[in-house]
Amino acid sequence: MNRVEAYDKVTGRAKYAYEYGVGEVAYAHLVQSTIARGRIRSIDPGQALAMPGVIAVLSSDDPPELGSLDDAELALLQSRAIAYRGQIVAVVVAETPEIARAAERAVRVEYDAEPHDVLLRPDHPGLYPPEKVNPGLPTDTERGDVAGGLADAAVTVDATYTTPTQHNNPMEPHAALAVWADGGLTLYDSSQGVSAERATAAKVLGLPPERVRVISRHVGGGFGSKGTIRPHAVAAALAARATGRPVKIAVTRQQMFEVTGYRTPTIQRLRLGADADGRLTAIAHDVVEQTSTIVEFAEQTATPTRVMYATPALRTTHRLLRLDLPTPSWMRAPGECPGMYALESAMDELAVAAGIDPIELRVMNEPLTEPESGLPFSSRNLVACLREGARRFGWERRDPEPGIRLDGRWLVGTGVASSTYPARRMASRATATAEDGGFIVRIAAADIGTGARTALTRIAAQTLGTSTERVRVEIGDSALPQASLAGGSMGTASWGSAVVKACEAMLKNGAVGSADTTEDVEADSGFARHAFGAQFAEVRVDIDTGELRVPRLLGVFAAGRIIDDSLARSQFIGGMTMGMGMALMEETVVDEEFGDFLNHDLAQYHVAACADVLDIDAVWIEEEDPYLNPMGSKGIGEIGIVGTAAAIANAVYHATGRRIRDLPITPDKLVS
Amino acid sequence: MAEITVRVNGTEHSLIVDTRLSLLDLLRERLGLTGSKKGCDHGQCGACTVLIDGRRSNACLALAVTCDGLDVTTVEGLGDGDGGLHPLQAAFIEHDAFQCGYCTPGQLCSAAGMLTEPGPSAVTEDLMEDPPLTPAEIRERMSGNLCRCGAYVNIVTAIEGVRR
Ligand code: FES
Ligand code: FES
Repeated sequence: MNRVEAYDKVTGRAKYAYEYGVGEVAYAHLVQSTIARGRIRSIDPGQALAMPGVIAVLSSDDPPELGSLDDAELALLQSRAIAYRGQIVAVVVAETPEIARAAERAVRVEYDAEPHDVLLRPDHPGLYPPEKVNPGLPTDTERGDVAGGLADAAVTVDATYTTPTQHNNPMEPHAALAVWADGGLTLYDSSQGVSAERATAAKVLGLPPERVRVISRHVGGGFGSKGTIRPHAVAAALAARATGRPVKIAVTRQQMFEVTGYRTPTIQRLRLGADADGRLTAIAHDVVEQTSTIVEFAEQTATPTRVMYATPALRTTHRLLRLDLPTPSWMRAPGECPGMYALESAMDELAVAAGIDPIELRVMNEPLTEPESGLPFSSRNLVACLREGARRFGWERRDPEPGIRLDGRWLVGTGVASSTYPARRMASRATATAEDGGFIVRIAAADIGTGARTALTRIAAQTLGTSTERVRVEIGDSALPQASLAGGSMGTASWGSAVVKACEAMLKNGAVGSADTTEDVEADSGFARHAFGAQFAEVRVDIDTGELRVPRLLGVFAAGRIIDDSLARSQFIGGMTMGMGMALMEETVVDEEFGDFLNHDLAQYHVAACADVLDIDAVWIEEEDPYLNPMGSKGIGEIGIVGTAAAIANAVYHATGRRIRDLPITPDKLVS
Repeated sequence: MAEITVRVNGTEHSLIVDTRLSLLDLLRERLGLTGSKKGCDHGQCGACTVLIDGRRSNACLALAVTCDGLDVTTVEGLGDGDGGLHPLQAAFIEHDAFQCGYCTPGQLCSAAGMLTEPGPSAVTEDLMEDPPLTPAEIRERMSGNLCRCGAYVNIVTAIEGVRR
């Protein structure tokens, strides 16, 4: 089966948020702060308003009425205080996008600037422990005698790894169209979850939820940045309310760097101790990361270390620093992605220090139960992934000696790392009806490129015992039965559970079936549920220029039942490709002088391009897990990016003998 | 304001345009052809790639006024006109060469233009040669089209199939 929307996507018919046509539309453009901290002294929209075609300038001179100010990133134009450079200070509305953009530059904003603080440092006096880390997990954990375990160890590793600020940069910039009618709002937005967005939009705008409808049928990628409503959508709604016109807004690629979230930089100290055989005696994973001064976002970076390896002593901590920068947010595998880069690099260092094969080291430290909680795993096939990957990759031929394989101008090396990601689900509703000789399944799910529509079609067809051609799945509209968002790799598990239940109800009662999985999900306990994987990388490093190429990348995953082979492979490969970008090039640099970020576009924020990707492949092993959901599936949207950077960094060490502990591994670091 | 005439997917359009209007916004905002995508508006991503007089170009970097008298093909005009797909479109579906689909119209137009471009590229060994489109040549020549979903492996396979 091809993707349900494949024809629409290759012919240009698939409509994304900005592309809905309505009459009388006006165009909004954001005006952003040019200082990093301080107050707005005055806003003069006179010159902008005098331009032909300018309809309105909204600002804190006349703060628009809002229903809730709880989320300071969404409480637009309410305060004169500036929390970061690039914060929204006004919204211009005009007849055409060209006029709106020209008028943006004509709005005069004067500021009283104050000194700003934008640099994350591990010795900053402002570091503090947040109450919880996302999504509600303990900030710190400690079990056993970590100091003793490290002191008694025959082999130890004590290393600090850093990951830079990274930006999601989905190819479709965030965009929205807001239309008011009869006191209600319809928002066409690029969203990973229309039900949650409707709830938040209603709250922020002071409307009952039933007066808001959010439509998001196709989404040009999100990777977390569209997981919550962003200020542009609120701006469009306010501009439309103020002008009495439908309003469209497109966040520019440059603006996305400030107003659509990013992955916090991290500074991670890893201490591992092991006995002479390589059995772990202690792990300590201490994380320093940032948030803004107006919203607390606490990335769960050390949490995968609570899951991975057996050890009698385990400590994880998170410390946060509030900086005069935009608020960090969700980016593909938040927590696991940066955390596993550090843990899996440290495991490689331990293997080298102990003289043990890195795969054997991991196998030796395979836990029987989840290390932190003591819960049994619903299923855990990390070892099978490592073994299968080793076989396919030709690992047994590997000489562990670093820096000795020269092929022409290239130093060649290979590396391995583990992957993991939680397998969770959230409550959702769905309906299934028999109509027109076929079946229609309705659920407010989202397809952000994952293939959700297609996967749900398969799931429904299988439950109904019919062919996929006879099933139509409607998603992407908050008027449909309420569903959880496309995030945390929970989409298919959450929506699929509701779809199966609705289809079963329909089979039982005839024409209509509806389902709500709240109780089923509440009963999910008693097990640690995670997907696992192993990633293998081969790298080549030019001896003079430090040019780094990745000729081979292989991922082997254990993620429960795979619902659609083609979609799954695309998800895994896509995640690994992004992981390669993380390893080699992705980095947003903070502008210490002016605040905000120095690189603001795709010319300076490099993501992997076609020429960077040589041979990336993903396979999976059969995994039966009866404790997950009716499909027996684990989420696969994020695990592909977890571990890739470590596998590549470990391969770079093997190739060159140099351990680069600060991502990205750019040529300058290899030649210096 | 200026008056121009452009042929888009075989249909002639005469319009008065703001001289700041890009070809991309002309297509998307004025003609309702939203198949061409805007990923950056700065010539950095390739999502807006169209064929201008048969050559692939970034529509966001072309001002509409400079397209007076030119012939533009967008993703909507790649097929045979009767709803039949261009071989590249069919190959992209077959090989799952996209996920979110936002880069796809640009990838398709770019690939269609690339297949007819003669001459060597940066990865061609012998610069006097017109090399066969190996995967390495395809990857090099398609690197102006970013795909954040990371569908490159499948994109190259899809294009390779059509080249043969
Ligand atoms: S939109 Fe034209 S190159 Fe990105
Ligand atoms: S398919 Fe999403 S950016 Fe290429």
